[in-house]
This record gives sequence, structure tokens and C-alpha cells, in this order.
Amino acid sequence: MYVAVKGGEKAIDNAHEWLDEARRGDPSVAELTIPQIREQLALAVNRVMAEGSLYDPDLAALAIKQARGDLIEAIFLIRAYRTTLPRFGYSLPVDTGAMECDRRISATFKDVPGGQVLGPTFDYTHRLLDFALEAEGLERPEAAPEAGAEDHPQMPRVTEFLNKEGLIQQEIAPAPAEDQPDDLTRQPLELPAARPLRLQSLTRGDEGFVLSMAYSTQRGYAKNHPFVGELRIGTVAVEAEIPELGFAIEIGEVVLTECETVNQFLGSKSEPPQFTRGYGLVFGQTERKAISMALVDRALRWKEFGEDDKGAPAQDEEFVLYHCDNIQATGFLEHIKLPHYVDFQSELELVRKIRREADEAGHQEAAE
Amino acid sequence: MAEARELTEAEKARRGWMSLLAKAPPARLAELWEARGAAPGFGWLRAPEVGGMMVRGRAGGTGAAFNLGEMTVTRCALKLSDGRVGHAMVQGRDRRKAEIAALVDAGMQGVEAESLRAELLAVLEAEMAAAKAARAGKAAGTKVDFFTMVRGED
Repeated sequence: MYVAVKGGEKAIDNAHEWLDEARRGDPSVAELTIPQIREQLALAVNRVMAEGSLYDPDLAALAIKQARGDLIEAIFLIRAYRTTLPRFGYSLPVDTGAMECDRRISATFKDVPGGQVLGPTFDYTHRLLDFALEAEGLERPEAAPEAGAEDHPQMPRVTEFLNKEGLIQQEIAPAPAEDQPDDLTRQPLELPAARPLRLQSLTRGDEGFVLSMAYSTQRGYAKNHPFVGELRIGTVAVEAEIPELGFAIEIGEVVLTECETVNQFLGSKSEPPQFTRGYGLVFGQTERKAISMALVDRALRWKEFGEDDKGAPAQDEEFVLYHCDNIQATGFLEHIKLPHYVDFQSELELVRKIRREADEAGHQEAAE
Repeated sequence: MAEARELTEAEKARRGWMSLLAKAPPARLAELWEARGAAPGFGWLRAPEVGGMMVRGRAGGTGAAFNLGEMTVTRCALKLSDGRVGHAMVQGRDRRKAEIAALVDAGMQGVEAESLRAELLAVLEAEMAAAKAARAGKAAGTKVDFFTMVRGED
């Protein structure tokens, strides 16, 4: 345990002043603005919104600036801020089938209706540093060519094609009265967790942790042979009931990344062999995270599908859900640097005592 | 949650403009509003308040609902001096945006509806549709055309 100590106020004040100065860096270099961060470091902003669990690009950009680019610190700031917001309610579930897609690809069907749309992707770049970006005052890049689309085309779900033939496990919404998921921000996590609670936990989980868990399943720890049935990134409208009016309106729009995996088929005595699914849905353009989430979601569903517990970390709900939150993790990890003087004094006393006793025992043996 | 019911024509129309205002770019909305001249007198029923709305998704896109994360919204309600009531719930933390949205909502229920539609809602709608079309066009430009390599079968 750590203890409250007095003193050091002046040192702390000075440390914070230096922090402010260090954040600004060399004053001869122009200061970053919030719009610059929001527009030009958009993927960092997306990660902070996803793991901070609050969709507000300007706030995420501010947090990144304040945290000097330390994204976990920025996520911490957002999580702390969101606890101060009154909760107005819950939206209706978003309809990702109606997403206006910037990107939509399928690794399972080449000629998918609506087409394979690459969007602004890093895929197929050569991952060579582009020294042209090093120069200041670059010419504005030319606007990307437009193919004269009037509107976003309909993009039917890839899993629906398999569904029509009954070849994939279905996702059916429960009756409205039962369709009330637990909320991690309202009740502490309890196990076993139903799938909706697992999905909430994973979507705000640390990208690195969820990625590693997903990767472990690919390497053989509870392997489940995933294909990316569909990956889509785009804008969806968010609808919510306005109690005073008695109907729902669209209260805004969010960019989401959705990944549906198609996984190894299985059958049972009652069910013919069919594909199963994993699901990822994350705020912002965050496809590495969404794919990872889908793989881990699928691994955690082993009981539901009557699969063997292979003892793999990604199958272990307690292990995954209690360790995926980087704010809980960093809070507990970093607290050990705070003063633990009393604890340590008692440990020190104990070691000295044991050594003293061992020494005395040694002397006695020598004397005998 | 209440079962979805059939909305009246008036409710559908109101749902339409409130949704448009919620998504409108705040600076442009303010510009179009201010261009109309003096704002009507009003009193607050609920002053603008920033809060969070928990956004939900569905497992597999169509299955059980789950909580995805919150978004910031601002809501308010006001009453014009002639008694008409305006409501707003808009995305983000801009209190002025919520105020204008509620003023437009109240105004749409009276004689100024036509001019509000023409000078403000229709303009926003057209601009937002144009931005969407440009984005859709860029996406369409990255659509892959597959062609099968010639296979030597003979």
C-alpha cells in the first residue's frame, strides 16, 4: 500500500511548470493547434476516441496535445472527462448495414454486390518513408479523383449471402424487452459476461492487447480459422428517442469500422455444419483494432459453440476482459511508483531479521 | 424502449429537420441563422446542457444490442414569446448550435416555416448532400475492377 506524505509541494509545482514548457517544446517551432491534430493525426484521434470510449474528435485532439502525444495518457484524460458528463440516455442500435462506406472489402467473395472499395488505405503502399512529406509548405495534394457517384451505393452484408443458404450461424436480435445490454460504465464487470458486455469491453480495450490476443489465436492458441468476410469503414447516423417528443431523431453521425469474420464450420447433433462468426465494431477508422476484436470475440465464444477449452489465453474470459483495459492496467501498474515507504520499511525490517536469525543459527552450528 | 410506432406526417417532417440540424456543421448553421437578422425573443425551458449519449451497436450487425461508447451531445428547450416550443439535441458541445437548432425547430411550427426551409434548411441539406456525394465519388474511384488473367487452357 502507498501512504499519503506531506511535503514536496514546491517541487511538484516546479515539475508541472517544466511539463508545460516541455509540452510546448522549442518555442521557435510553431505551436500545434487542435484542428491540426484533428485533421492531420486523425488515426491517433480515432484511437483515443475508441479507447477513451467517447466520440468527440476535438476533445480527443485536445487530449493528445495535453498528453504530449502519449495516447494512453490522452485516453485517461478522455475517460476522466466522460465521467463528468451527465448521461442523457442510450441510442437506438446503429444500422451498420446502411453505412455510407468509405471502404468496404471482402476477403471471401471477389464479386461482392456493391463492390470492393479500397478507400484511403495504407494497404498496397510500399512502407517506404516519403521524404517529400519532410518539406514544409507542400503543395496541397490533388483531390482524389471522383467517379461521379451520386450517392453511396447499397452495400449488402457479405454474411447475408451465406445466411440465405443457411450456411452461417445467424445473428438475431432478442425481443426488445430482453435486448438491454449491461453497461460497463454503470456496473462493475462480473463474470461470466454475456457477449454484449464482452463486446463493449473489447471495443474500448487496448489496441495492442487485443491485437496480441487475436494474433495468438492465429498462431495456434485456440485457432479458429478466420476469414475477413467483410471489413467496412464509413459513416452511420445515430438515432435516439427524444422523450419530450415521443419519437427518435438522428442526433448525429459517427464514423465506425466494422469487421465480420467467417470462421471454421462446425456442426452438432441438431445443427448441420455451418460457418460461425466473430464481430468487431469500433469508433473511427480503426481497422486493425476491429479485425482483432472480431478474432477475440470469436475465440471467447467457445462455450456457446461447444468447443474444447484448450486453455488458451484468448479463450479465457477473465484473462482477456480483466486485462484489456489500458486505463485500469496503467492505473495499477503506475501506482507502484508512488511512495511505498512504510511497506518497504517493514519488508526491510523483515529481511534484516531473517538474516540476523540465519547468522545466529550459523554461529551456533559453528560453535557446536 | 417503446415499440416503433407510425409517425404522423407532421412528426415525420419535424424528425427530418431536427435530424438535419443535429448533424449540421455548427459554423455554417450559425452563419445562415445570423443572415436572417434579429432572432425572436424566447425564454429557456431548459438551458443548453452538454452530456453523453451511449451509442449502441448490434453483435454481428443484426444480433443482440451492446454498448459501443458514448458521444457528446448538447440539448436544450425554449419557448418563443408567442408560446411555440422548440427542442434540440445536437452532436457535439456547441451550446450556440443547440440554441439555434431549437429556435429553428420552434420557428418551423409557424409562419416563418417557409422562409426557414428555403434560406436555412434547404441550403444546409444541399451542402451536406454535396459533401456526401463528393465522398461517395472518392470511394467509387477506389472500387476495384477485377479481371481474370488469361489462362493457358489449350
